Amino acid sequence: MGNHSDGTPTGADAVAKAGHQEVDVFQDPGLPPHRLRLADTDPKAAKRAERQVAWLFVISIIGTLVFFVGYFGVRLDDTIGTLRIQNTLLGLGVAFAMLGIGTGIVHWARALMPDHEVAEERHEIRTEEDRQAAVKIVDDIIDETGIKRRPLIRNTLIGAVALAPLPAIAIFRDLGPLPGDALRHTLWKEGERLARDPDGTPIKAADVTIGSAFHVIPESLNDLHEGKIAAKAKAVVLLMRLNPEDLNPSEGREDWGYNGIVAYSKICTHVGCPVALYEQQTHHLLCPCHQSTFDLTQECKVIFGPAVRPLPQLPITVDADGYLVAQSDFHEPVGPSFWERG
Amino acid sequence: MSTTTETPFQAKTSTGRITDFVDQRVGGSGILREFGRKVFPDHWSFMFGEVALYSFVILLLSGTFLTFFFDPSMAETHYAGPYVPLKGVEMSVAYDSTLRISFEVRGGLFMRQVHHWSALLFVASVSVHMLRVFFTGAFRKPRELNWVVGGVLLILSLAAGFTGYSLPDDLLSGNGLRIIDGVVKAVPIVGTYISFFLFGGEFPGTAIIGRLYMMHIMLVPALILLMVAIHLFMVVVHKHTQYPGPGRNDRNVVGYPLGPVYAAKAGGFFFIVFGVIAFISAFFQINPVWNYGPYDPSPVSAGTQPDWYIGFVDGALRLMPGWLFNIPMEWNIPLPWGTNTLSFNVLGPALIPAGIIFMLLFTYPWIERWVTRDDREHHVLDRPRNAPTRTAIGVAGFIFYCVMWAAASSDLIATHFEVSLNDVTYWLRALFFIGPILGFIVTKRVALALQRKDREIALHGRETGRIVRLPHGEFQEIHAQLDDYKRYKLVGYESPVPEEGIPNENGIVTRKEKLRGKLSGFFFEDRVAPATPAELEAGHHHEAVEAGDDDKAITH
Repeated sequence: MGNHSDGTPTGADAVAKAGHQEVDVFQDPGLPPHRLRLADTDPKAAKRAERQVAWLFVISIIGTLVFFVGYFGVRLDDTIGTLRIQNTLLGLGVAFAMLGIGTGIVHWARALMPDHEVAEERHEIRTEEDRQAAVKIVDDIIDETGIKRRPLIRNTLIGAVALAPLPAIAIFRDLGPLPGDALRHTLWKEGERLARDPDGTPIKAADVTIGSAFHVIPESLNDLHEGKIAAKAKAVVLLMRLNPEDLNPSEGREDWGYNGIVAYSKICTHVGCPVALYEQQTHHLLCPCHQSTFDLTQECKVIFGPAVRPLPQLPITVDADGYLVAQSDFHEPVGPSFWERG
Repeated sequence: MSTTTETPFQAKTSTGRITDFVDQRVGGSGILREFGRKVFPDHWSFMFGEVALYSFVILLLSGTFLTFFFDPSMAETHYAGPYVPLKGVEMSVAYDSTLRISFEVRGGLFMRQVHHWSALLFVASVSVHMLRVFFTGAFRKPRELNWVVGGVLLILSLAAGFTGYSLPDDLLSGNGLRIIDGVVKAVPIVGTYISFFLFGGEFPGTAIIGRLYMMHIMLVPALILLMVAIHLFMVVVHKHTQYPGPGRNDRNVVGYPLGPVYAAKAGGFFFIVFGVIAFISAFFQINPVWNYGPYDPSPVSAGTQPDWYIGFVDGALRLMPGWLFNIPMEWNIPLPWGTNTLSFNVLGPALIPAGIIFMLLFTYPWIERWVTRDDREHHVLDRPRNAPTRTAIGVAGFIFYCVMWAAASSDLIATHFEVSLNDVTYWLRALFFIGPILGFIVTKRVALALQRKDREIALHGRETGRIVRLPHGEFQEIHAQLDDYKRYKLVGYESPVPEEGIPNENGIVTRKEKLRGKLSGFFFEDRVAPATPAELEAGHHHEAVEAGDDDKAITH
């Protein structure tokens, strides 16, 4: 154990070290003299601190009781109100139970337990003697295995150890199927009706007024029993109607809309968030995740943010009953880029 | 050990007999003798690591409770619980069981709140603890490896946080997974495959929650526990560092004995941390998943954000422009077998900033060690001002991180302060590059100025505020000289001088040595030497500042 702080200097050369230029340095005066606390000298103060600690522990006891009042006293009745009251009582109870104990112990330690700082010598982390002994042991072990003298054993062992982990990697192959061309197709196909998300009712062209926007799914999506969310994650579409003269379709895409009604993939080409915000006045689509902004009047070209590619357009038309239908699937993969996309 | 059953010691109380029984079988006396009075230095900044440890314990306790009720299945179900707005809504079993924990299990909501708040606190305290260790130079020999273990713990705490965040399968966390999927797909060659393997098919599939659950409740906590054990073991081996001051040097450790004072303070502190988390959980709602709804790939609301610790990656994704002066940041590369796509606009911001931060973090102790050629053990910490360049580097890194972190709230900044979202992004893009440089310069100047102030106080004492008028009419403020202890705190530090590259045995200064010489200049060119007894003695004070063209002499 170290010596108590009596003000004697320990280690006077704490600062100057070889290779550094300071020679003329202040000497370490050693630990400052210990100063007594009020509770060390005044029995009344000590008694007061003792009572304070006890009160803090009593507060903890009360806190625990509050917890049980909250747990058994509050009946949850399907409303948020009772839930909130219960949560508050449980939280307050635990908080006081814990803070009472914690502050009580810390106050006890600070006010009443000895506060003499003591110094202890550090030990060498590694002694030279240990190092030499360890080297000797390792040398002996290697020598006794004879691995240096028997290269046949060594080499075959290296080969075996190198190969043995491979099954541990290969066995994870069945975590999932290979991608195949799954990312290139969606539920959309020729004649697939555009339906409202989420109820799946088809949309008539006449229902789409200028300036309106619809969140759209393929009509057949709700008939799926398996993989519905995965299918939806690729197929969701935003449908908007603008003045036809505001649209500037490029060559070959003039007939992809109908009467100013256009449909674009809702999945951001950046990392796949739904591009859910439509600014009707500016004809901009904004992705709320990373603020990529697409301009509807320029075929959803990126005008701001981290996305590079425009949102893919879904070619649409109307069927005989006046419902909006897809002309085909998207002409390119939707959503974020991937290595094989090309 | 002899076979005799006779023991000279007979315990008098029953507690004593039980203790003696155990002691004879495991040798507890030796352990107690070693650790019972082990000395720990005391300082408020040493408590961040404790907060991290304690919040991890609270995470284990509250998390274990939650596992009894949570069901990580992605099977479809229809909500039939008491929360009216979601009645009949199609959702996964995982989300349904999260609602059950929140609304039907008594104390379940409280436990969810405690778990989430302590997770936020855990990552925060690990981060702040690492900042403390960096700025005080506690990573120096012999603690470099423990610094690396700390860095691994930081990464593991991020992994623990993210895997847990995704489990409720709510709209917000589902969008987070969607972003992860987008980033994974951007990885060249293997990205698409990793995505399909991770999600068990196309995003989101039906496997991911169960897989994340396994990692969240088993793999990651087990690794964290292992790393914590190694971390604490090394703390015991090295003994704790201490702040500089009279009586403290690299060969001793000054502080309170473990029993009773230190153990009481540290043990009591656990209850305080728990109490504070419970208090926050009682009054501040976190992650109300019932407001977000179950995951659905179509809707997302504006102003969504990840938990704070993922913010810097999300912010980097936001800051990256897709088009730079009409040059796309995604490239279609023609290769012999066809065209492949490289999304630098996703891959770059997702990997490069985090890569830089963690690379520098892990290698910094060795960089500084190489530059300074300092192979001594350091147990006395540096006051940040006394290592100006290191402190400036740390602040530069911190600002680099904070700019990205702020960028994750760019939309909220724009709506809150009613400024243009695009302008916020442009400013943050500029700050991303300029901020760290400005931070470096300002911090270094502030540190040097503080050193000069220390020097001044050491030599001339502190201002008393007492003005006296001398017989000839001059007014003077009386300075009170410091006592030896206070003065030593201000002068007891090292101020290395820059070092030229050292020639090797052939008399040649290698290119590596030249670089080291340059870096040494970068680190130590501007320096303030500690005050010396001669200066104090002389009463007059020569130039404190060596080198550094732009350094002004200290004037009094």
